[in-house]
Amino acid sequence: MIRVTLPQHLRVLANVEGEVSLEVPQAPTQADLLDALEAAYPMLRATVRDPTTMRRRPFIRFFAGEEDLSNEGPEARLPDSVASGSEPLRIIGAMAGG
Amino acid sequence: MSGVRLLIGTQKGAFIATSDGMRRDWMIDGPIFGGWEIYHLAGSPADPNRLYASQSTSWFGQLIQRSDDGGRSWQPFSNDFSYASETGTHQWYDGTPHPWEFARVWHLEPSATDPDTVYAGVEDAALFRTTDGANSWSELAGLRTHNSGPSWQPGAGGMCVHTIVLDPVDPARIFVAISAAGAFRSEDGGSSWQPINRGLRSDGIPGGEAEVGHCVHRIAMHPSRPQVLYMQKHWDVMRTDNAGDSWHEVSGNLPSDFGFPIAVHTHEPDTVYVVPITSDSEHYPPEGKLRVYRSKTGGDEWEPLTTGLPQENCYANVLRDAMAVDSLDPCGIYFGTTGGQVYGSADQGDSWVPILRDLPRVLSVEVQSLP
Repeated sequence: MIRVTLPQHLRVLANVEGEVSLEVPQAPTQADLLDALEAAYPMLRATVRDPTTMRRRPFIRFFAGEEDLSNEGPEARLPDSVASGSEPLRIIGAMAGG
Repeated sequence: MSGVRLLIGTQKGAFIATSDGMRRDWMIDGPIFGGWEIYHLAGSPADPNRLYASQSTSWFGQLIQRSDDGGRSWQPFSNDFSYASETGTHQWYDGTPHPWEFARVWHLEPSATDPDTVYAGVEDAALFRTTDGANSWSELAGLRTHNSGPSWQPGAGGMCVHTIVLDPVDPARIFVAISAAGAFRSEDGGSSWQPINRGLRSDGIPGGEAEVGHCVHRIAMHPSRPQVLYMQKHWDVMRTDNAGDSWHEVSGNLPSDFGFPIAVHTHEPDTVYVVPITSDSEHYPPEGKLRVYRSKTGGDEWEPLTTGLPQENCYANVLRDAMAVDSLDPCGIYFGTTGGQVYGSADQGDSWVPILRDLPRVLSVEVQSLP
């Protein structure tokens, strides 16, 4: 199982508290993780990634620990620490004013 | 009628205000979807408990929420607004071609007869429809693919379908308005469209008779007279008596003919309301006095309505989707401001009271008259 933390607005939308756990294939990529997230929580479709380009939305960031994975692309393999479930992939809304 | 329900969309959430038929005391519920931009909420005329909300942020994109119990609970429904065919380009602000990109739903227009049918006006300009209660959306692509589409340019707020008017007599006839392409009419349920901008004059458009390129801000119709439309344009208040075949100006004695919303009295087809704004570069009321103007003559002759509205130091705007009329007698009128106030009048505009004073920027106001 892979662990994911969602930003507050998406936790409310998905009606979850804390982390979510997802079943993913061996050696998962970012795309595998997001596929699994949207399958388990259909209301999150198109909120993390653009449904046309299938790339992350500009104000969304992905972190594993202190490592910023945001610019690695959908086919990038997730770090072992995330793939093994020892730490969560953190999906974060970028800071912006207003 | 037992009461009214105001559906208020703001930059940071939705609010619902309900009152009995006296419209003096209001119960407020909200924020709903706190922190999200709510461009529009709309209720089904066929089932007042069926509500739809357009919810979005720059972070997480577009969502559509639906309530089947008058706003007490909500569920997310389909947010798949995929264009139906290959998207070409429209003009960008600098005149260069720019690909069509979905940004958000500006306006939801439920069918008068079917709670499951709703039209959605979106940015970049296109019209979508659901016939299954927002479980799925299909584009009526004839609008976006109109042969003038490559020449359309966005207004400052984006290139959006912000107005949808359904003809209550002829279900095949639909009117829409696009900033800044202009007004369009379909006679076949949305399959094909023709621009209806003859008579509009806009600075910067050579000849003043351009087929498209006009910044229409809002169109309103009285259901008893669907041939007559009133329009608040970027500048000018306009009227057509032939369903848009030609327009003539009815700005008359308004202190400024720039503005955004326009509404028609529920029981008097010739009574029209606008909120003049100083200019296109000063989006606040002239002299800091918030005045709704009413014409009882179908335009040209306007009277200011000021009782209960701030007459000094008011520099808030009223956006295009932020004014609505109820169907009680006397007719009630409501509007919200970019300063977060929502005002209501239970006497067809003669006097006003603030219903809410300190909301986030109000993006839309709709009202349901409850059975």
